[in-house]
Amino acid sequence: MHIAEGFLPPAHAIAWGVASAPFVVHGVRSLTREVKEHPESTLLLGASGAFTFVLSALKIPSVTGSCSHPTGTGLGAILFRPPIMTVLGTITLLFQALLLAHGGLTTLGANVFSMAIIGPWAGYAVYKLLKRYEVPLMVAVFFGAFVADLSTYCVTSVQLALAFPDPSSGFLGALGKFGGIFAVTQIPLAVSEGLLTVLVMRLLVQSSKGELTRLGVLLQSKGTRPGTRTEKSEATEDAGAPGKPAKSEASRTSETGAST
Amino acid sequence: MNRNTKINILLVVIVVALAVLPLALGLGDHKDEPFAGADAQAETAITEIEPDYEPWFTPLYEPPSGEVESALFALQAAIGAGVLAYYFGLRRGRRQGAERARAQEADAARSGGEAKDTRSRTEQV
Repeated sequence: MHIAEGFLPPAHAIAWGVASAPFVVHGVRSLTREVKEHPESTLLLGASGAFTFVLSALKIPSVTGSCSHPTGTGLGAILFRPPIMTVLGTITLLFQALLLAHGGLTTLGANVFSMAIIGPWAGYAVYKLLKRYEVPLMVAVFFGAFVADLSTYCVTSVQLALAFPDPSSGFLGALGKFGGIFAVTQIPLAVSEGLLTVLVMRLLVQSSKGELTRLGVLLQSKGTRPGTRTEKSEATEDAGAPGKPAKSEASRTSETGAST
Repeated sequence: MNRNTKINILLVVIVVALAVLPLALGLGDHKDEPFAGADAQAETAITEIEPDYEPWFTPLYEPPSGEVESALFALQAAIGAGVLAYYFGLRRGRRQGAERARAQEADAARSGGEAKDTRSRTEQV
């Protein structure tokens, strides 16, 4: 989804920069407030940023015969809400633009808009919606991360189609072209990202129950009071199974032996 | 191996399979450049739509070779993986420390008297 340096006409580059700036400013404010009020969350913030760092460095082969990379923004958006993820994503994009010549400074606004703003917000919205309908936590996490990843690449396709409409078929023709390159390639990668996000969330449920409860990830799952810790953790463990349909049956056999 | 670990391993296996299958099935064979990056393909598509387009800005720093570039990408992934590993390692260590402290507390309580119940509960946690 990285639009290369100089590959957006100046007017577009400026417009996307202007559109992204308020989100980044608001994100920095949310981030400093979070760190000030809850210094203990710094570690988990670092881990969320690190997840994006790893995933956006991995270019993975896809069914279309090309390579692309996940974004890793779903996790941070679910944990800390999208504004904070905007900052973490922007840092990652800046690192890649400056050191790797991947993306660029003139296209930073557009890339931030797709990967660090729309992706996190879309993923977060889906996650929240699913949780409202009492979908198991891990299923909501999977689809949140999936949508955060895929929507990012759809936005990139729209951005490029707006800047480079096809001479004969116009905006829609170009959208089909860029969508074919980005969005279709991205579908299996978005599945991978969803699964990896579920994996990290499962590890977090095991290791950082208190933190997840404070952030509202665990508390809302069953409406249980914080006092009944054991019950809640069992509920989330069960929730893990339907997230991966392929093996939920196999794993169910040993369900009784589940340990916290 | 408990159920949790099995599920986690299965998740990793599916992700690896999703990445390896396109390679194993040769899904890139029909292309001139199999498994090129989507970002680079978008650049090609732009020049197809607008052959006259010239990028008006160039990166301030560009890795001098593909090797250096891949090294920097590996560095990025390594930094991320390192921080993640530190986080989970620290959490695990803290949890074990807390468990040990609780066990010692229970031991102390047992020598005091009615502690059997407390101790068996600690072991389950």
